[in-house]
Amino acid sequence: MSVTTYNVIGTRPIRHDGADKVTGRALYGADLQLARMVHGAVLRSPHAHARILRLDTTKAAAHPGVFAVVTAADFPPAPTDKIVDFGEGDTLLSSLRGNILASGKVLYSGHAVAAVAAVNAHVAAEAVALIEVDYEPLPCVLTAPAAMAPGAPLLHEGLANGNVAEYVRHEIGDLAAGFAAATVIVERELNTATVHQGYIEPQNATAFWSSDGRVHIWCSTQGSFVARDASAAVLDIPVSQVRVTPMEIGGGFGGKINVYLEPVAALLSKKAGRPVKMVMSRRDVFTGTGPTPGSRVRVKIGVDAAGKITAAQAWLAYEAGAYPGAMVGPGAMTVFACYDIENVLIEGFDVVVNKPSTAAYRAPGAPNSALATETVLDEIAEKLGIDPLELRLRNAAKEGTRRADGPRYKRIGCVEVIEAMKASAHYNAPLPGPHCGRGVAIGYWFNIGLPSSATLSVNADGTVNLIEGSTDIGGSRTSLSMQGAEVLGIRAEDVHPTIVDTDSVGYTGVTGGSRTTFATGLAVYEAAQDVVTQMKARAATLWGTKEVEFSNGTFSSGSNSFSFAQLAAQLGATGGPVVGSAAVNPRGAGGSIAGLIIDLKVDPETGKTDVLRVTSVQDAGKAIHPAYVEGQMQGGTAQGIGWALNEEYFMDGSGDMRNSSYLDYRMPTALDLPMIETIIVEVPNPGHPFGVRGVGEANIVPPLPAVANALYRAIGRRLHSVPMNPATILNL
Amino acid sequence: MKAFDYTAPVTLPEAVGLLVSQPSARLLAGGTDLIVQLRSGRKEADLVIDIKKIPELNALEFDPTAGLTIGAAVPCYRLTSHPVIQSHFPALAEVASWIGGTQIQGRASLGGNLCNAAPSADSIPLLIALGASALIAGPGGRRSVAIEDFCTAPGRNQLATGELLVAIHIPAPAAQSGAAYLRFIPRNEMDIAVVGAGVSVSIAEGVFTAARIALSAVAPTPLFVPAAGAALVGQPVSPAALEAAAQIAQAAATPISDMRGTAAYRKHLCAVMTRRALEIAVTRAQEN
Repeated sequence: MSVTTYNVIGTRPIRHDGADKVTGRALYGADLQLARMVHGAVLRSPHAHARILRLDTTKAAAHPGVFAVVTAADFPPAPTDKIVDFGEGDTLLSSLRGNILASGKVLYSGHAVAAVAAVNAHVAAEAVALIEVDYEPLPCVLTAPAAMAPGAPLLHEGLANGNVAEYVRHEIGDLAAGFAAATVIVERELNTATVHQGYIEPQNATAFWSSDGRVHIWCSTQGSFVARDASAAVLDIPVSQVRVTPMEIGGGFGGKINVYLEPVAALLSKKAGRPVKMVMSRRDVFTGTGPTPGSRVRVKIGVDAAGKITAAQAWLAYEAGAYPGAMVGPGAMTVFACYDIENVLIEGFDVVVNKPSTAAYRAPGAPNSALATETVLDEIAEKLGIDPLELRLRNAAKEGTRRADGPRYKRIGCVEVIEAMKASAHYNAPLPGPHCGRGVAIGYWFNIGLPSSATLSVNADGTVNLIEGSTDIGGSRTSLSMQGAEVLGIRAEDVHPTIVDTDSVGYTGVTGGSRTTFATGLAVYEAAQDVVTQMKARAATLWGTKEVEFSNGTFSSGSNSFSFAQLAAQLGATGGPVVGSAAVNPRGAGGSIAGLIIDLKVDPETGKTDVLRVTSVQDAGKAIHPAYVEGQMQGGTAQGIGWALNEEYFMDGSGDMRNSSYLDYRMPTALDLPMIETIIVEVPNPGHPFGVRGVGEANIVPPLPAVANALYRAIGRRLHSVPMNPATILNL
Repeated sequence: MKAFDYTAPVTLPEAVGLLVSQPSARLLAGGTDLIVQLRSGRKEADLVIDIKKIPELNALEFDPTAGLTIGAAVPCYRLTSHPVIQSHFPALAEVASWIGGTQIQGRASLGGNLCNAAPSADSIPLLIALGASALIAGPGGRRSVAIEDFCTAPGRNQLATGELLVAIHIPAPAAQSGAAYLRFIPRNEMDIAVVGAGVSVSIAEGVFTAARIALSAVAPTPLFVPAAGAALVGQPVSPAALEAAAQIAQAAATPISDMRGTAAYRKHLCAVMTRRALEIAVTRAQEN
């Protein structure tokens, strides 16, 4: 096997946006100030389910300092059955609009009902309080099992089956024969609570609807083009009439793909004739944006005496929130994705409930289902007396393994990840004492391709400017620049990346699906190849030759040679600027496997869990910037541990969230976790020139079951609901 | 947040005068509760009176006989870093270091923690255990109230119209005495007590001569349990004695279920936290 050596890839340069971020110069949406700008505020429903009998904005509109008031009635008319698709799945326009401003009924506590623009945020808040709404409260339903029960209150007319919006089913082989061949069969039901991504920066949007009919939106988004397209759809105007400028983003994790404020700010601006700025409070973020679904997952697995899985069955019910679209699809596709199993039946239910409409969260749907699979396998390993990693190794998916939902894997690093876990210092170290437990688990995430565009302009000083459209959440300016630098034979620091608005770069999909370093990276790679081709032609002109070689940053022909910078200095005299461009829509996204080893200690008197040691292992394909890969692994692990131990939407019976602050929504802080150790496995993705696999998501899949398995060993009892907080550990 | 007027008197009589003329005014020390409450709409204010510029409210004085006086506006960081408090009142230095994070401790005061009268307030059970009192000034002059009598309901206290807290007074520690405060939180920092226990004990020749025990987050106000301390007096120091006192404290608790914990879990924790706090206090007493 040949080993490729790189000059830039695999190194750890300082991030291009580092100085701006640490000195406070980076501009986030809340920093934006525009001439004549006014401020918006939203009226939200206090009820989880109610009919709006009367909505009167007269007093608010008449309040001094108010410029505009909008409700759902201000949306332009559009067919209610129109379907819109922004690249990551389709949705009904009526659902998209209904979530942005309620019409007819409110479907969750926090549902936006109306909005006001006023001279400042305080006056806007005063005016919001003057909006009069008469509600007829309706019975609410807050969990998937309750919503599926006969006689449950219905959220929508015309769903396929009560509150079930969608049913998915994947089946291969002969399930009955598979279970008949098993020596051990374990079936368990696991529940997870609604949790939020917990990004630090609240959603914000500023919009200006110009008198020429064009709308300019500045916002915190994972995808400027998706924000543009969704806003245009909601406002029923052509996409070319909307320009989105992505501001810096303070975290997203999937939660900043959907639009909430953008179309509202635009409608307010149209009425006010001024730019309108809107910034959510933390409570708005918790109650008015999309968390990830709570779920109930039942998994049954049969294994023969040799430790081979003979059959597996899963039943998944995910809470979509107020509108269809729980992540039960990916939950169903990933539930057994790590394993080679011949006989499988998977059924999934997308269930609407009176909670905020759910959104993506880092490998959306996969942690919920992996919790069931990986804890059931842990029980089976114990019953068979097999090491839990060995059991996984005997069943690991490989190149050619067919998943129950259809695809066959190309090269995949499942075996390599499990072997790295088995060989790790952590797995071979003893536990420190009593009341401690070690748990392991693995997980899978697909990753996606989708379109990306990039442009590279060569400067006379031998540097290049990179123009791209992927909002930078995890250091992608640098991981993209490094791929361009590698091709061009220059330093990462010699590439100057700029993320531009939707009028200034070709279509680029969301920073999501762990696709940016893969797909936009591919666009930068292709754009750099374009630059090389053009520069070779310039060298050929200068040297009067036809054949020019380029390697390691040097153009050469016979005895002639130029470094990249030397040739860049000659461009003015050889025909002018060189600009390389590429637009890609790659299909070769490589799935990523992640594993986790975690040691916990439980205080037997209080039920408090201390996290002692954690090792995250993940197949990165090829780590472009290893520090950022490690950062993704540590971040996903920290979020998964928080999800497993303490985080939840604590709702009262009426569907009001009682812990909508970071004080009481107990995410782990830096003081709650040890340094998370990382092991990067590199099984190159054949679909990318450097072998890149997305690394943003798979790492959040193993923590839930790994924590559950470790807790079992610490306390001797299996818990079946997440969060596994101190009170539930003591069964109090 | 509604617009309000702001004023910062520099003398106590000036502050009392403002409070008498505008009884709905809100007092601002560090603002770590008030500003959050105003922004969330839980409280409203027409006038906010900043008390940080009044010298007496910033005093932090220790006298070996008279004890410790903590001005109502003294921020927590002055307590955590004070050598006399570290040596004579280590439990107090600890609790001041647990209220909020480092930035919050630069603003938050024990006086504010007391006046905010949250059932879960971290400093109040310890102040009760230490036998502290609240020094109050008002139009009728000055008065002193035992800390255990200061809070009257969640968010409500003894202060009458025109009155404000001037300082908290803690008697000098007796020989062979020790105190401790422990709280349970599911995380390691930055959280609100699910249950807290503040205790103090005095020991002579292996026998408890005095003890005071109070709990937080298990009743509408921080809960003083005199019977739990009384059960220790006259008993030799032993695990059984500590456990018995912890059981009495637990029996007095009447917690509710909420987002921070169930009533059953809180009840369970009362005994655990009390016993563990007593173990620390006993060790400290034996070292003094």
